[in-house]
Amino acid sequence: MQTPIAAATDRCDPASPAELFRVFTALALQGFGGVLPVAQRMLVDRQRWLSREAFLELLSVSQILPGPNIVNLALIFGDRHFGWRGAAAAVLGILAAPLLLVLALALLAQQWRSQPLVADALRGMGIVAAGLVLSTACKLALALRANALGLPACAVLVTLTVLAVGVLRWPLVAVVLVLGGVALALAWWRLRREAGAARTAGTGPG
Amino acid sequence: MNAAIGGLSLQGLLLGSLPLGFSDAAALFLHFAALSLLAVGGAITTAPDMQRYLVSDQGWLSDAQFTASVALAQAAPGPNVLFIAVLGFNVGGLAGVAATLAGTLLPSSALTLAFGRFSRRNHEARLLRAFTAGLAPLTIGLLLSTSWVLLQPALQGAWQPALLLRQHPANTVALVALTLLVMLRTKASPLWLIAAGAAAGMLGWV
Repeated sequence: MQTPIAAATDRCDPASPAELFRVFTALALQGFGGVLPVAQRMLVDRQRWLSREAFLELLSVSQILPGPNIVNLALIFGDRHFGWRGAAAAVLGILAAPLLLVLALALLAQQWRSQPLVADALRGMGIVAAGLVLSTACKLALALRANALGLPACAVLVTLTVLAVGVLRWPLVAVVLVLGGVALALAWWRLRREAGAARTAGTGPG
Repeated sequence: MNAAIGGLSLQGLLLGSLPLGFSDAAALFLHFAALSLLAVGGAITTAPDMQRYLVSDQGWLSDAQFTASVALAQAAPGPNVLFIAVLGFNVGGLAGVAATLAGTLLPSSALTLAFGRFSRRNHEARLLRAFTAGLAPLTIGLLLSTSWVLLQPALQGAWQPALLLRQHPANTVALVALTLLVMLRTKASPLWLIAAGAAAGMLGWV
């Protein structure tokens, strides 16, 4: 398969793991409430390390795999260029500086937690945090219309997941294995039938 | 022995307010490692199970501390996965950070690296599509559950008759709705919403 990286001529490559570390640190520190939009701006527009298509391809793979998307993206990108040294440099870039910042913040909050004003502020921030997660769910839900499972099956799966994990508080491992297994099998079957129908339509008379 | 430095205890920093024994730290690591491979759609989707483990089963954090940990991480720059570091920090200081962060990142990173190298040689498009399609409804269900779990401290506190006039549950719902509206309709940074949430909390509205 021809990768878009190789196809684009005006693209360049990172010079060293140290440069990977520097660029990923810079993009991580600019990302409030999610680093992905900044990652696209940095890697595609400014550094020109990836074409838009290559970025989207990398992103979709990072999203399918378990774990934080941006960490997965950094791992695969770093590994492509400098093997495990590149992967480590990119991931440390994403995590190290923001980790120090957030721990300093957590330490301050721990010291001042008993102050009523701080406790009130944290409670208000927590409500917004819940709203932010909810907005991510809504954005993703819009994409369900194009899902191979079909909307009714999707609605049933969403409801069952909320019921099992949110309301009944069952262990996630069991829920994901059972519901995820059923969903995967159903999606596989639908996609195969779709492909079969397309082939018959393509070769059939008329 | 506690070495108090300017009001901070060194032992508290390294080991947390309730120092974790080795077996506790190992259990923490193992629980987060088990969740790592289930975190399809980001680490935040496994938050309901983390809350069940840390708050309900072990009693290491309160509901309010759990939600505040997630809110703090969203107020800082960097990937959202760092809420896990704040959880670890509030449970067991830097030892807790090491346990939760390593547990969350190691299994998924190993899988990502292996998959990244494998997929450069092979391309099984239908399996990938079945994965994305099948897991999308589960991800949405898990995000909805996470949002519900994060709202618990605000909703519990608000039902106490003494607080009902000030921190009315309707205000909480209104703040969630405002967050949702701004995130879905504008390109504003979530940082402004977190600040608004902190202000609303300090003013006693929510």
